[in-house]
Amino acid sequence: MASTTLTAPAPRGYDPAAAKPFLEQFDRVKDGLPGAGLSWLNELRSQGQARFAALGLPTVKNESWRYTNLRALDKLTFQPAAETGEAVRFDVLPTVRADGATGPRLVFVDGRFRAELSSTTGLPAGVELLNLADALTRKPDLVAEHLGRIAAPDDRTLVALNTAFLADGPVLHVPRGVTVDETIELVFVSVGSEAQPTAFHPRGLIVAEAESHAVIVEHHVGLGSCTTLSNGVTEVFVGEGASVHHYKVQREHAESFHLSHTAAKVAGKGVYDNFILTIGAKLSRNEVNSVLDGEEGDTHVSGAYMVRGGQHVDTTTFIDHAKPCCTSREVYKGVIDDQARAVFQGKIIVRPDAQKTDGYQQNRALLLSDTAEIDAKPELEIYADDVKCSHGATVGELDDDQLFYLRARGIDKAEARGLLIGAFLSEALEEIAEESVRDAFQSYVADWQNVR
Amino acid sequence: MAATTETVEQVRAVTEQKYKYGFTTDIESDVAPKGLNEDTVRFISAKKEEPEWLLEWRLKAFRVWQEMEEPRHWAKLSYPPIDYQDAHYYAAPKMKDRPKSLDEVDPELLKTYEKLGIPLREQEILAGVEGAEGKSPAIAVDAVFDSVSVATTFKAKLEEMGIIFCSISEAVHKCPELVQKYLGSVVPYTDNFYATLNCAVFTDGSFVYIPKGVRCPMELSTYFRINQANTGQFERTLIIADEGSYVSYLEGCTAPKRDENQLHAAVVELVALDDAQIKYSTVQNWYPGNEDGVGGIYNFVTKRGACRGRNSKISWTQVETGSAITWKYPSCILQGDNSVGEFYSVAITNNFQQADTGTKMIHIGKNTRSTIVSKGISAGRAQQTYRGLVKILPKAEGARNHTQCDSLLIGDQCGAHTVPYIENRNRTARVEHEATTAKISEDQLFYCRQRGLSEEDAVSLIVNGFCKEVLKELPMEFAVEAQKLVGISLEGSVG
Repeated sequence: MASTTLTAPAPRGYDPAAAKPFLEQFDRVKDGLPGAGLSWLNELRSQGQARFAALGLPTVKNESWRYTNLRALDKLTFQPAAETGEAVRFDVLPTVRADGATGPRLVFVDGRFRAELSSTTGLPAGVELLNLADALTRKPDLVAEHLGRIAAPDDRTLVALNTAFLADGPVLHVPRGVTVDETIELVFVSVGSEAQPTAFHPRGLIVAEAESHAVIVEHHVGLGSCTTLSNGVTEVFVGEGASVHHYKVQREHAESFHLSHTAAKVAGKGVYDNFILTIGAKLSRNEVNSVLDGEEGDTHVSGAYMVRGGQHVDTTTFIDHAKPCCTSREVYKGVIDDQARAVFQGKIIVRPDAQKTDGYQQNRALLLSDTAEIDAKPELEIYADDVKCSHGATVGELDDDQLFYLRARGIDKAEARGLLIGAFLSEALEEIAEESVRDAFQSYVADWQNVR
Repeated sequence: MAATTETVEQVRAVTEQKYKYGFTTDIESDVAPKGLNEDTVRFISAKKEEPEWLLEWRLKAFRVWQEMEEPRHWAKLSYPPIDYQDAHYYAAPKMKDRPKSLDEVDPELLKTYEKLGIPLREQEILAGVEGAEGKSPAIAVDAVFDSVSVATTFKAKLEEMGIIFCSISEAVHKCPELVQKYLGSVVPYTDNFYATLNCAVFTDGSFVYIPKGVRCPMELSTYFRINQANTGQFERTLIIADEGSYVSYLEGCTAPKRDENQLHAAVVELVALDDAQIKYSTVQNWYPGNEDGVGGIYNFVTKRGACRGRNSKISWTQVETGSAITWKYPSCILQGDNSVGEFYSVAITNNFQQADTGTKMIHIGKNTRSTIVSKGISAGRAQQTYRGLVKILPKAEGARNHTQCDSLLIGDQCGAHTVPYIENRNRTARVEHEATTAKISEDQLFYCRQRGLSEEDAVSLIVNGFCKEVLKELPMEFAVEAQKLVGISLEGSVG
């Protein structure tokens, strides 16, 4: 991106003043960031810094942010995560594995890699699983070739912010033709500090070469109750005929802000399968962008969310049918209780040459209280004629007839409601192809329901 | 099935001759000087001999408008900047006084309406109907030519029932209290850029008042015609249906073929009180520009209906085939408990036409219901967007909405987009949205052709079937016209 474009004034819907507290830190920390000696990386970081400085945070006048207000962030001054060293210990880390089983895993606490908790056990030869800070010294070419290529620091201002501060995160490289049988787990723990709100910007990179296969599960959890901001960006490259199953569960605590941007690029006949289960955080937004960049590619972008109290959850997806004969499928289900608010924005674009596209999107939400709110904006933008695209959205409460049916069989109201809510969410979880993951996610859903 | 060169040729051939309303009427006009300032507003107000309060209202709107930003950032439309100073804001055929009867109207004007097929002579409508004497005629017409209403038919007959149907300029003098009470009550003068401009410079339009308990015995209709070059048309329509009344209102529009773009920024306000019903149908056939995208009307319209009373109902039906640019979102504010809003739309865009159209349904009262059925057909290099909002406020218990948006693409150079917004703040409300995009299926075409239908007839048949849900909502006379329009607009566009 040309430097003039980077410093171009903010278009409508940004608040440049909000950039200031973050930028003051940038000058302080930039020389200490991993890979600070690499000129290409310095260049990328300063691009991010320049764009974020010009834009600041998005406001509700920004079409993509009309339903999610980040003003709460504005009131807080976030500091970079302090060295927690080994001070934070864990009795147990979240996993989808059976008790006691071990497998490949990377653990990050407040965005920093924790080698002693991580393992590369069970990976086939040639597969690289390491943290970004290490990758910059051990695999600089791999990182240089891919980092910032599909999530560029453009008008997505939070990507620009992440790019400016990027320091660590998971890196996975699966060579051509290799199948990773073991599920790879990535664990992110937010701890923060009593002293001040803490921000970190995890940056992930997944490169699956042609005909390779991998299953990845991300766990995002919180410890304690300090205010944290996780502003993550992950780039996923799916090679020809490769498949990446990418699952994520976010169970952060009630004082955390969770912003995440996942950008995938799928080559011909490749498969990118993404599922996000959102349970935690005060405010969370998951953006998933999947570009079908080769013929006969396939992408699934699905998820479920359940929120209560004063939680705010935003799911914003963008499926880009750039080439012919691709398919996409999107199924989202959500349950909103108390004063919680959910936002779903899903856009499918079919480019002029992307004939024979088959796109499907379904978004359903249940409101459980009189003060809950859902805002949905499913969007189709189609420039090719020989396509089949549909989307549907429904919002409402539990079906009275179904409730009556259960109650007529002697099931009390609370239990009947629980059964129906569980069944409703299960339909979304069915989108998860991997059984162990589906079972684990199902148990998180049950835990959420049991709190009531 | 990509469009072949032959198809493209055919489309061109058809569109060139399709717009049969593109002629100009040679008539002497009284035209305001070009430009827009407070004097323009005063000039229009003076021409209409308006009371002081209305001039003040216009000036307030004009001052607000000057501070407003043209809304260019959200609609999926692209057009060069509009120079608001480079147009006439008032043009009226020269007449000594307002004609008392049709005999006093310029014969050129009468010929124009004859050519357009609009019946201005009351007896003409009845001609050919055996024993029509004494029976209710089918339709009453208010004919608006550039900035003024030239004739309104069946006024006297309607007055017998207490129905007021006249031009809005006339209503300002005839029933100022009604106009003052309701004008701007649904679309306030601060509403949006184009509506606010309209408040400042509106010239004419129709006014309808249906008294309590009266069912209007005939269709009321306004026919808008832009004739003068370099003029904008800013009409204002206000329809009030008092308790328990019913009215069906039709709107039609055409304009001559010209190479420059002309601006049309109308405001329509509907008010339905307790148990009242308004059915508003539009066949919009403004000049769409030629096959290279030169000329055509820029249509920026604000249409909004308020279901103020309990059990009231407002229904919008639109068939949109014209205009170079369409920016239009007929809406319903469902305030009264149990009130009903409906929006049925067929939009067809061809060549370089762009349409960003849809609706807003704002559910405020309990058990309010709304239905949205939108059918979009895009051909040539046209871009079409459905943009709609369904908003359920916290008090709207038991509210229901169902939305169905279907798009059909003909050819690989056009676009069809769907942007629905759903905002629900009531647990007991149920909102359903469905949208599909497809092309005409080869199986359907094959099936028709196999039975001896020509390709064009087959396409027309399939598209009419696709639009049926909407077309059936139109009053009979309009439905026939609309079906033909659907056929004409798309002839030859499938190869």
